[in-house]
Amino acid sequence: MGSVFSQTMAVIAMNIRSLPQRIWMSLAMILASAVVVAILLAFLAMAKGFEATLSSAGSDDVVIFMREGSAAELNSVISRDQVNLIEVAPGVMSDANGPVTSAELYVVVDGIKKSSNTEANIPLRGIQERGITMRDNVTITAGRMFTPGTNELIVGAGILQQFDGFELNANVRFGKNVWRVVGVFSSGGNVFESELWADAKVLQSLYNRGSSYQTMRAQLTSPGALETVRAYVENDPRLNLDVQTEANYFAAQGKQLGYMAIFGRTISIVMALGAIAGALNTMYTSVAERSAEIATLRAIGFSSLSAFAGTMVEALVLAAMGGVVGSVCAFMLFDGLNASTLGGSFTQVVFSFELSPDLFRQGAGFALAIGLISGFFPAWRAARMPVVAAFSKVA
Amino acid sequence: MTALFDLKKVAKSFVKGKEKISIFDDLNMTIEEGDFVAIMGPSGSGKTTLLNMLGGVDQPTSGEVWFAGERIDSLSEGNLAKWRANNVGFIFQFYNLMPMLNAARNVELPLLLTKLSGKQRKKNVETALTLVELADRAKHMPSEMSGGQQQRVAIARAIVSDPKLLLCDEPTGDLDRATADEILKTLQLLNEKFNKTIVMVTHDPAAAKYAKRTLHLDKGEFVEEGMAA
Repeated sequence: MGSVFSQTMAVIAMNIRSLPQRIWMSLAMILASAVVVAILLAFLAMAKGFEATLSSAGSDDVVIFMREGSAAELNSVISRDQVNLIEVAPGVMSDANGPVTSAELYVVVDGIKKSSNTEANIPLRGIQERGITMRDNVTITAGRMFTPGTNELIVGAGILQQFDGFELNANVRFGKNVWRVVGVFSSGGNVFESELWADAKVLQSLYNRGSSYQTMRAQLTSPGALETVRAYVENDPRLNLDVQTEANYFAAQGKQLGYMAIFGRTISIVMALGAIAGALNTMYTSVAERSAEIATLRAIGFSSLSAFAGTMVEALVLAAMGGVVGSVCAFMLFDGLNASTLGGSFTQVVFSFELSPDLFRQGAGFALAIGLISGFFPAWRAARMPVVAAFSKVA
Repeated sequence: MTALFDLKKVAKSFVKGKEKISIFDDLNMTIEEGDFVAIMGPSGSGKTTLLNMLGGVDQPTSGEVWFAGERIDSLSEGNLAKWRANNVGFIFQFYNLMPMLNAARNVELPLLLTKLSGKQRKKNVETALTLVELADRAKHMPSEMSGGQQQRVAIARAIVSDPKLLLCDEPTGDLDRATADEILKTLQLLNEKFNKTIVMVTHDPAAAKYAKRTLHLDKGEFVEEGMAA
């Protein structure tokens, strides 16, 4: 008896070569698989891009202090006295210019979104000089840094991209105050690019914050110094503050869009069920149209395994082709696509859809699952087809 | 001659709804090696069912089917497939060629079940196509050939692995008289020169004349046996 492998390969090759005879049904299955994969990838790319935007903003050796129980910077308050205590905390780095810390304000202003021409919240961060050097990858890409003590601000590249009216040298009015855009900064695509930055002292004055701030950042002497700082805060009753690394803070914020991934997977599974129903129809039709061929091969002596494998591989090939088409479409349509959504402080976060190899692997897995499920039952039918069908009088 | 096929008390029936339909009740039959038997009879007489049982693609309800001393009605489906691959060549009324394969590839199919090398398979395919006078059409697709040519490709496919037995189900039923005669002469040649045992189901008395003997089936029984002149 000849090799099971050679007969199985022969049947697979015949099935694949006969696909053009069932071109429309085959295309329908490819399309169904492609749509499912493209939609899945779109949702996952959105969630991944949002998470990456936030998580890449955080550093492990920078800690952020906020009022106890505050989930976001917007609803935190830190007094001048607390700032003074933090500046001398053990574990907080100091150099010749003093403590490496930045007490900051975080207020919400309005901007007009280019995409919808509607108002949306933008964070305006009051920042100290040290706050800029503590953040990695921040570079002024156009114009210059704001001058302390003036109504000047610099805009993140994401804001410039998504909102109207923040071009270099533009005058921007927030309430009664007019600000002048003197620079554009980039921070490597992370969440800070969705912010406006100005001098913290000016913001305190214009927004009647007295001497208080909202958050404080401090450079640790080493990543291991977090526990020293935390113990210091916990042992001083005047410091009713939460302390965490910047990396942890933004990672938690990034999870907010985790529901997108869950939603995307749910939608994709529902759609995949529809695609499987269509693909099952395609494959059953394929088996019915090839019934005389299958039965003839079985009559000649081909095994039922070869009939099963031929149909199974046909389904997998069609679904995989759909997966490739869906992945290519998703890549072309979504990869690098800029969008903005509401972040943790009720302000817009500008982010890019991000398609990575692990997402493509998930898409491929989804496509193959569609092929596997939609191919199995028709393949079983092909394997169990009565051989006498070859003798039926079909012209 | 020695018995190639021996059918003993074969019965075949099936249930349709609440009704049991009997095709054969007590069929006995012997086919000698090298025989060329035509089976005739009206529609529903059981000709094709008999052919299916001889070819191991259908099982009797009771009784025994022996082939060259081996009982085949009790073989498993997998073993029956191996038995068919080793012993039987099928020729169908509508040729049953694979439309996506050219003539040579169609003829090669049974050889994929053997351990022959690619080179040896190619040689055997050429021999079979030469025997049916279609060596020059090896690369042609079925859609590029006439009905008679397609049936000759089917004959080449049936004989390429050198089986003892050829089972033909209305092999000329879809052909004009002249082409049918060519096909039947080829079958006669295979029987006389190459000692192939042939069982042919046909409605056509002219086709039956090419056989060495004719069995008439009616209501599941042989009613008359005629010998070729």
